[in-house]
Amino acid sequence: MSGPEGALQSVVEARKLEKRYGSKRALRPVDLALERGGVLVVTGANGSGKTTLLRLVAGLAAPTRGTLEVRADRAELGYLGHEGFLYRELTAVENLDLYGRLYRVPERRERIGMLLERFGLWEARAERAGAYSRGMLQRLALCRTLLHEPALLVLDEPFTALDAEGAGLLDTQLAELRGERTIVLSTHNPERVAQLATARLALT
Amino acid sequence: MSTSSPSSSTSKSAVPALAALAAALVGIAIAFAFYVAPEDADQGISQRIFYFHVPIALTAYACFAWGAVKGLLLLWRKDERYDLESYVAIHQGTIFGSLTLLTGSIWAKASWGHWWLWSENQLVLFLVLFLFYSAYFMLRFSIEEGPRRANISAVYALFGVVLIPVSFLAIRLAENIIHPTVFTRDGPQMSGVMFLTFCIAWLAMSVLAYALYRLELLGKRLDSNLRELRELLT
Amino acid sequence: MSYLGDVATLARKDLRLELRARDTLPAMLLFVVSTLVVFHFALPEGADEVAAQGLLWVALVFTALLGLARAWAPERESGALEGLVLAPCDRSAIWLGKAAAVFAFLSSVELVALPAFALFFGSVDAATVAGVVLASIGICAVGTLLAAMAAASRTRELVLPLLFLPLAIPLVVGGVGASVSSEPARYLAFLALYDAIFSILCWASFEYVVSE
Repeated sequence: MSGPEGALQSVVEARKLEKRYGSKRALRPVDLALERGGVLVVTGANGSGKTTLLRLVAGLAAPTRGTLEVRADRAELGYLGHEGFLYRELTAVENLDLYGRLYRVPERRERIGMLLERFGLWEARAERAGAYSRGMLQRLALCRTLLHEPALLVLDEPFTALDAEGAGLLDTQLAELRGERTIVLSTHNPERVAQLATARLALT
Repeated sequence: MSTSSPSSSTSKSAVPALAALAAALVGIAIAFAFYVAPEDADQGISQRIFYFHVPIALTAYACFAWGAVKGLLLLWRKDERYDLESYVAIHQGTIFGSLTLLTGSIWAKASWGHWWLWSENQLVLFLVLFLFYSAYFMLRFSIEEGPRRANISAVYALFGVVLIPVSFLAIRLAENIIHPTVFTRDGPQMSGVMFLTFCIAWLAMSVLAYALYRLELLGKRLDSNLRELRELLT
Repeated sequence: MSYLGDVATLARKDLRLELRARDTLPAMLLFVVSTLVVFHFALPEGADEVAAQGLLWVALVFTALLGLARAWAPERESGALEGLVLAPCDRSAIWLGKAAAVFAFLSSVELVALPAFALFFGSVDAATVAGVVLASIGICAVGTLLAAMAAASRTRELVLPLLFLPLAIPLVVGGVGASVSSEPARYLAFLALYDAIFSILCWASFEYVVSE
């Protein structure tokens, strides 16, 4: 959301951001600036560094070169990676309750219930996450990511493993959040989120 | 986040000078130990080895401490440069540690007729440290290169330096319960010349360790710069 | 006291996971009893009770290793460690919660191992029990952190014992000393010192073990 006074503070700002593991190049130098409420869509072939970039933004990896500023602390950040961060032996509710406590989510139970319902998992809430299908796990992971109403969302290929219904639910959710939250997401399917995007970054 | 700084011409040219100095000092130390210092009526040749055994041990401790300091700097300043310095220091420490065990064993054989003595606290401590730092390399080489490996190596190096006094205390305590002290050793009462020989040997070992440290560091940095260049060109 | 709250949340999670999966604890129980039986056959005729005390500690250390190898397994399966690292809680709370849970498991095993030992080899006195408790604290504190290091490695299960055993040596000295010596207080004090020093070190450095 732009303001008339002063400089627009970007939530995520990177200059010549680069990541190497030893001599292996994981991310070629990249510049970006994402303002509050913006939606950045990151595209690129496999191995171009989409996941690396998102991990850098989330703070799971440290830059090798260049600068990266993310004006959001851990409590304001929601990250969805390739792995769901969910415990197989815990039920959906227990998983969300765990993260809810760690993130100090107010009115935890209500919020969990609301999210499970929104993503169509209410009936399966007392089942172990290990019994979930791949699509259901992804939905549960989305619940986990959105649980604490993060100001900055970092989503790594969030549409993978979702069936048509799940993808539709995510579409709706993203449309709702657009403008309110700052979103960085990577995808193989940029047409899907073309409407949302306020900025694009294609990695090589 | 800065990368490894290019080695300046001054640090490069220091290495040959250091190596020459180290070689000279080691030569002098050997000369002193075997020819100048008086023969000990009791122990003979084992006394000579002793001139090297203790300095080598002290140098090993210094290397481990140096590695831990560099590790701490890495965690604090987050400069990649310190990782390599910590690693090389520990590498040198392990080499000198192995030499400590070797010279200690030879000394034990020469003095008491046994290749190993559990009553020798210094030796036992080095055995424990040798195991600990060998595991350092196992750990390091099984983790992918990057900040994670650097961090973990640094933390492990800190654990090592804390382990040294704790282990020493443990070994002292163990004396009373494990093996009765059969062999007693009087701390060497060193005459002037003997003490001088000891100090020369200590200086020689320290300079040698530092020269090897700088040499290995130089080599490894060149390697990594080369690899980086290769990556950039592809 | 939200720090302790986080620790409790995390420890509770681990206890719940083990109660559901029920794989590690039964294995540790069976392992420790089997080991003690092996030791009976390994001790030659006429070996004194003192030697047997030493073997108690070998059994405990290796049983602990078995449990520690599995300590971070639930996090590994789902990548959850990163989820915990991203959470706003202090990273050291992750270590403390896990170490507390491992301590609970190890203690349950010791509740079986000590009577079994007394049954097979001879009595177990108060100093031994105190030694076991104090040493277990050290084992769990240090072992949990080392297990996290090992989890980052390609050779996980292989490297953990190599990392753990040198650091366990002082604990074994303290424990055996407490059982065997005429001055157990000295050894118990040493164990407490080890626990204090290494717990502080683990608490301060865990952050760096799990982040870049």
